[in-house]
Amino acid sequence: MGYVAVKGGTLAIEESIKRLKFERVKQGRTIEVEKIQAGMRGLIDQVMSESSIYDETLAALAIKQAEGNPEEAVFLLRAYRSTIPRKHYSRVIESDEMQLERRISASFKDIPGGQILGATTDYTHRLLDFRLMEETDESVQEWLHQFHNEDSQNEEQVTDLTLAKVLDYLRKEGLIPPCENNNQEPDDVTRESLEFPSTRSQRLQILTRGQTGAVTSLAYAVIRGYGALHPTVGELRVGKLPVTIDHPTSEGNDEDSYYIGEVQVTEAEMLMPVSVEKEYGKKEMEFEIGYGLCFGQNETKAIAMGILDNCLEHPNNEFPSHNEEFVLYHIDSVESTGFISHLKMPHYVTFQSKLDSVRKTKKEERQEVNS
Amino acid sequence: MNTAYNFAFFDEGSKREIRRATLKAIAIPGYQVPFASREMPIGRGWGTGGLQLTLSLIGKNDVLKVIDQGSDESVNAVNIKKLVSDTTGVETTEETHDATLIQSRHRIPEVPLTKDQILILQVPIPEPLRYYEPSESETKKLHAEKEYSGAWLMLFEQIMKYGSMTTGADHPVLVHERYVMAPSPIPRFDNPKMDESEALILLGAGREKKVYAVPPYTKVVSLDFEDFPFEPESFEDKECRLCGSTGVFLDELVDEATDETVYQCNDTSYCLEKLNAVGVK
Repeated sequence: MGYVAVKGGTLAIEESIKRLKFERVKQGRTIEVEKIQAGMRGLIDQVMSESSIYDETLAALAIKQAEGNPEEAVFLLRAYRSTIPRKHYSRVIESDEMQLERRISASFKDIPGGQILGATTDYTHRLLDFRLMEETDESVQEWLHQFHNEDSQNEEQVTDLTLAKVLDYLRKEGLIPPCENNNQEPDDVTRESLEFPSTRSQRLQILTRGQTGAVTSLAYAVIRGYGALHPTVGELRVGKLPVTIDHPTSEGNDEDSYYIGEVQVTEAEMLMPVSVEKEYGKKEMEFEIGYGLCFGQNETKAIAMGILDNCLEHPNNEFPSHNEEFVLYHIDSVESTGFISHLKMPHYVTFQSKLDSVRKTKKEERQEVNS
Repeated sequence: MNTAYNFAFFDEGSKREIRRATLKAIAIPGYQVPFASREMPIGRGWGTGGLQLTLSLIGKNDVLKVIDQGSDESVNAVNIKKLVSDTTGVETTEETHDATLIQSRHRIPEVPLTKDQILILQVPIPEPLRYYEPSESETKKLHAEKEYSGAWLMLFEQIMKYGSMTTGADHPVLVHERYVMAPSPIPRFDNPKMDESEALILLGAGREKKVYAVPPYTKVVSLDFEDFPFEPESFEDKECRLCGSTGVFLDELVDEATDETVYQCNDTSYCLEKLNAVGVK
């Protein structure tokens, strides 16, 4: 009989996976996917947005499997996404078709259609609600019943609420310069890798799938002092957008297109005051736009994306936040967590090689001292 | 075999696209071809570039070997092998000459490869100039203009500071007298194996979304100076404590019983083969 290499890797992995499952279920209770879907809207929205895949059920499953760790859940969904063939591209969606659930402007108080708070934590007191420790399905259903009763007593039921954009209103007033529709076919960063200088469609795609924390931190740096931009929320919307695809034989025909569902998104249109040079060196203040859009209700991320979009429209190597390579290469969750965590892998050969160089320099040093 | 997924995990369109990038890479030796790297079920930075190349190339008759830092049984190698055989059902092996596809992290096997084999190396940082130029659009220009003075200066500075070149693994090479290329963090010891290699060598960087190649019989030269020649790691007067091999890359270990430094073949499959050939118990 010949020699057998030192085994161990395979068995160790199997045992480790068993251990991981134990940690997930050790209390003898399991959380149903539908319960996650019912009660973890915030996490589901964040995970769908960073994964660039819109499916609440799959997101809930990923969250269950990842034991609620968003970095791991996003990783699972992205890997799943790689196996799905791309069958269609949707038709262009005009975001003013959004069925509004929430819409505010921090720039103008009186906007046509009014400010609609919708569901927001903005004005809650962040006090732990200990009553939730006792909350049951029954108590929730009772509350719901009451809520619907109250609602039906209110005179008019508003459904399908769409409103004109705040910024369009400002354009009509001449306060911000008109902008042309850019009908250039967008690039798809998941089908063709990013090259620099990047196009706006590439930038917006990378920003919208960026890790929430990373996007927020970089935008925070911009408004705090690195880039000195002070933006205002022109309009922030949360609502549903209808998604349609072309009939395979009559492309571009609106009549024949198919409605395939809707996606909830957060949209932020940011206004940045800038001074522009006019004739004879005269300067004028104007507003520029930064645009943010992401899946689900992710308001901080959408606003931060709007800020970074504007920064990247005006490259400035003085600030990392205005450098497209710095921002776009480092905000992806799967990429950053993957490379950081790869440091846990064995580096025996590479380290041995470095060791050899270190020894060589030491040896030469010693020889020099001796001679 | 896991039949919930397509053969080799990806849909056919994705595989074809990766192969197209690979063909371009072979046509321009040492040039980094961008490709739409997919997210994989293993960590980004854990060999997804190599894995994507393997999955795009593998057919039912292939025999696969995966090594990680020289070892077939390293956890990451096992993990990658498991994923490929789960989604393809192909045979795997630890014997270097039985394999048609060899995916490796940071080593080129000691057994010379043949024209019937493809070596796929996993690459963390494909850009040899990244050390001194962080910007991708700048390094692209430097390659286009064959402006490599920075790479030489980097080595020159090391000599000035330390008296010798202090690159560890990933010592830059010039491919086909045109492109400076990162050989991936293989030890300097393995660099000469790339020169005039009979086997096709493909290098894949998943996170950085690049594929590049050294086609068979291509000239690969490690950067150096006339008066400071390139030096592989030295294992002079040392031999493997198991099979007695010399002139191979050795792992440095501490014998727990005697507290002495001992050496052992890093390429576990090679060591095993030696042992079995000489027939020592």
